[in-house]
Amino acid sequence: MLKRKKKEGATIPLAGMADIAFLLLIFFLLVTTIDVDTGIGLVLPPPVEDAEEIEVEEENIANILVNAAGEVLLDGDIISVPQISGTIADKIRENPELIVSVKTDRRTPYNVYIDTIDQLKMAYNELREAYARQNFGVRLDDVTQEQMQQIRREIPQRISLAEPE
Amino acid sequence: MAKDTKFKKKQATTKQEIPTASLPDIIFMLLIFFMLTTVLREFDVQVEYTLPEAYMIERIENKRLISYIWVGRDGRVQIDDNIINIDDIRSIMYQKRVEIPNLIVSMRIDRHSEMGIVTDIQQQLREADALRINYSSLHRL
Repeated sequence: MLKRKKKEGATIPLAGMADIAFLLLIFFLLVTTIDVDTGIGLVLPPPVEDAEEIEVEEENIANILVNAAGEVLLDGDIISVPQISGTIADKIRENPELIVSVKTDRRTPYNVYIDTIDQLKMAYNELREAYARQNFGVRLDDVTQEQMQQIRREIPQRISLAEPE
Repeated sequence: MAKDTKFKKKQATTKQEIPTASLPDIIFMLLIFFMLTTVLREFDVQVEYTLPEAYMIERIENKRLISYIWVGRDGRVQIDDNIINIDDIRSIMYQKRVEIPNLIVSMRIDRHSEMGIVTDIQQQLREADALRINYSSLHRL
């Protein structure tokens, strides 16, 4: 009897370890959300009470109005959505001080608004791309942190969301 | 004959199995990776929505700064796990901003919504001083 007891090893079996790890792994695989958050980033203007009124000259503003029917008007003229980026980019090249003001109606479809903001972002991106190529000789995706800061300083995104009525 | 036996012997000594002793280590490494990348807090989205599409989208790097607002097709607004009134957004967002000063509000709004509700939400956010927003949208191909 004593002999038999001695023969039994005192080791913990490690064969099941992989199975346990696999189970945990599968749990975390299922729980993990792989979808990344993507979207159009914007900074809202501060609330009206503590924002001082800034007088901007008429020629430094490009007015974009998206009306209830989903039509886009740039300075009063109707414009198709894909044309916005090119037109705005040209306007900014002529006048670097330009502020783009976006105004919407309460019944404007949201996706047209997003398309418009997207077009404006595209216009700024085009200008920044050109600046990066001209000054640093690299694509906008390849600039360093400091260069990006300089680009942001030189070509700021001046998108203003107009106060709703 | 002699050549033959020599050949056979050589083949017999090579092991055919893949060593599986380090398998748990590999699995544990994967496990640790997934444990670190997982953000456990998930929301039960009660509204139905389809995101708009855009070209110039950017990625939000830090998921922990994000707070979501959902706006469904039927115009209901959800924050965290509750359907809420638009007027309550200000106080909720103010509280969140106290906890996370550099909060990013990700707005997941149905593409067929009207701008009225969006401007109402934005006004509330401005009053709550939660100014960094992100219009959640998918990449247009």
